[in-house]
Amino acid sequence: MESKEMRAVYCDTLIDLAKENPAIMVVEADLMKASGTMRFKDVFPERSVDVGVAESNMVGVSAGLSAGGKIPFAATFGCFASRRVFDQFFISANYAGLNVKLVGTDPGISAGFNGGTHMPFEDIGMMKLIPGLTILEPSDPVSLEALVKECAAHQGCTYMRLHRKPIKMIYQPGEKFELGKGKVLLDGNDVTIIALGAILVPEALKAASILSEQGISAAVIDMHTVKPLDEELVLAYAKKTGCIVTAENHQVSGGLGASVANYLSLVHPTRIAMVGVQDEFGQVATPDWLQQYYKMTAEEIAKQATSLVKAKN
Amino acid sequence: MLTPQAIEKVQDFAKEIRKKTLYTIGNLGVGHIGGALSIADILALLYSQEMKVDPKNPQWEERDLLVLSKGHAGPALYSTLALKGFFPLSELDTLNQGGTNLPSHCDRTKTIGIDMSTGSLGQGLSAACGLALSNRIDKNPKYVYAIIGDGESQEGQNWEAAMFAAQYKLDHLIAFTDYNKLQIDGTIDEIMSLGDIEGKWSTFGWYTQRVDGHDISAMHQAIENAKKQTGKPSMIILDTIKGKGAAFCEGLASNHNMNFDLTVANKAIAELG
Repeated sequence: MESKEMRAVYCDTLIDLAKENPAIMVVEADLMKASGTMRFKDVFPERSVDVGVAESNMVGVSAGLSAGGKIPFAATFGCFASRRVFDQFFISANYAGLNVKLVGTDPGISAGFNGGTHMPFEDIGMMKLIPGLTILEPSDPVSLEALVKECAAHQGCTYMRLHRKPIKMIYQPGEKFELGKGKVLLDGNDVTIIALGAILVPEALKAASILSEQGISAAVIDMHTVKPLDEELVLAYAKKTGCIVTAENHQVSGGLGASVANYLSLVHPTRIAMVGVQDEFGQVATPDWLQQYYKMTAEEIAKQATSLVKAKN
Repeated sequence: MLTPQAIEKVQDFAKEIRKKTLYTIGNLGVGHIGGALSIADILALLYSQEMKVDPKNPQWEERDLLVLSKGHAGPALYSTLALKGFFPLSELDTLNQGGTNLPSHCDRTKTIGIDMSTGSLGQGLSAACGLALSNRIDKNPKYVYAIIGDGESQEGQNWEAAMFAAQYKLDHLIAFTDYNKLQIDGTIDEIMSLGDIEGKWSTFGWYTQRVDGHDISAMHQAIENAKKQTGKPSMIILDTIKGKGAAFCEGLASNHNMNFDLTVANKAIAELG
C-alpha cells in the first residue's frame, strides 16, 4: 500500500479548504515546519499566523480569530496542545462557544526521540472532560484528509491528534467519513478490536490475521472519533461478538478503552481488555522500541483477544 | 477635545453605572465591587463617546468590540449595557441567580453585548489580538478595546499577547490597564510589583500613555492619540482607585470581592447624588 506523509496531507487539505473558504486559517507556535504548514503560509501568507513559542497565546489568538468569524486550525505538539493550554482551550475557545480546531501532533509514542516531556498519553483523557468537544485521531492519509474537512465543516471546537510521519493508506481514496461514526474495517464473530490512530489501527488488522490463523474471527473497527463515541456501533459489536479489545496510543485510563468500557458497563456489560499505556509516563526511545515496551502490538492485541474468547467460551 | 457639556454627560453616565453596579451587587449581597467601580469611568466614556455600538443591533458587523479581560468586573459592564438599552435594567436583578444571563464573569454565549468570555485571568488580551487581526484581514476598520487588570498583568500570557500585537502591528487594538494598585492579597507593590509599567509596555513595542482613569477628558485625549498611531497597538495605563465613588469601600484592599447589602449600597448610591 502507498504511504503518504500525514503532515503533508494535513497541509494539502487545509490549502484545498482555504481555496474554497476564506475563513480557513493556520495558527502555529513556532512549529510550522514540524506541522508541515509552511506551504500553507506560502499560498496564504495573510491567513497564516505564527505566534512564536507561546502556545497559550496561540489558543487565545485563535479564539479571537474565531470570534471574528474565522476557522483557525491551531497546531502544536500534542503535549503542549493539551497540558500547556488546557485552560485557554477550555475557557477562551470551548466555554466561549467558539470554533477553534486544535491539533496535537506527535501523539503518544510517535514523539520518539523527544521523549517523556513531549509524549502525550493523557491528551484525549483531558480533552474528553471538555463538554461538547469533538475528539479524533485519523488512522491514515485518506481518513485524515476526509476528517480534516469534516472538522472544518463542524460548528464547534475539535481536537485532532495528528501523526506527522508517513503512514500507509488503509482506505481507498474517496472513502467517506463522518465524525462520530466508526468504520468497520473487518467483520467478525468472535471478538471485536476497536482501535484508534495510525499505529494501532494497522496493528489491529495484523492482529485479526494472527487470530484468523488460530480460528478466531475478529472484527476490526477504526474508531477515529473518540468523542462523541459511536455508541450504536460499539453496542452492536458488543452484542455480536460478546467481547472487545480496545487498542490505543494513549493511557487506557481516560482514553478510548475507558470510553468503551464506561458506555458498555451502563448498557450492556461486556468482557473488555485494553491495549495501551497503563499509568506510565512517556520516555525516550525509537517509536519501534516504545511500541514494544508499551505493548502496542498486534501480538498483544491477539493475546488479549484470545484470552477473552477463551473466557467467554 | 470633548466639550464641557459632553464631559459632564459622560460623568453623569459613569455615575449611573456606579449606582447600578452598587445596586446590582448589593442586591445579591456579595461581589467584585472594587474593580467594577474603578472602571466605571472608562466604560462610560467608551460606550457613550468612543465605541460604535447599536443596542438594537448588538451583532452589527461594524461595531467596535470590547474584551473585558478582568472578567470579574462584569457587573459594571452589565450596568453599562443595560443603561445603553442592550437588555432591560430589570435583568440586573438576576446577577448570579440560577439560569441568569449575567454571571459574575463575562460570557459571550449568555449576555447580549458581551464580545468575549473572560474570567480566567490573562486570557482576554490574546483574544483581543485575534479579533483585531480578524478585522484587519476582513478590511473592517473597527476598533478592538481591551481592559486588563493590574493584578491580572502578572499573568504571563499578557506578555505573549503584548509581543504578538506589536509583531502583527495591531494598531486598531487599544488596551487599558486598570491600575488601581490593589490585588486580593494586598497592594500590587507588596505582592508582585509591576515596576515601570509604562516602560514595560513601551519596550514591548506598544504606544503607551498614562492618564488619570477618572478624568474623562484625559482618557478621551489618550484614545484620540492612540487612534492616530499606525503600526502599533496602544496601551493606556489608567491610574484608578479601586472602589472609586463608594465611601464604604473606596481604596480598601478588602474590596476585591466583598459582602455588602442593599442598605449599604443605597447609602452609597445616595451619596453619589
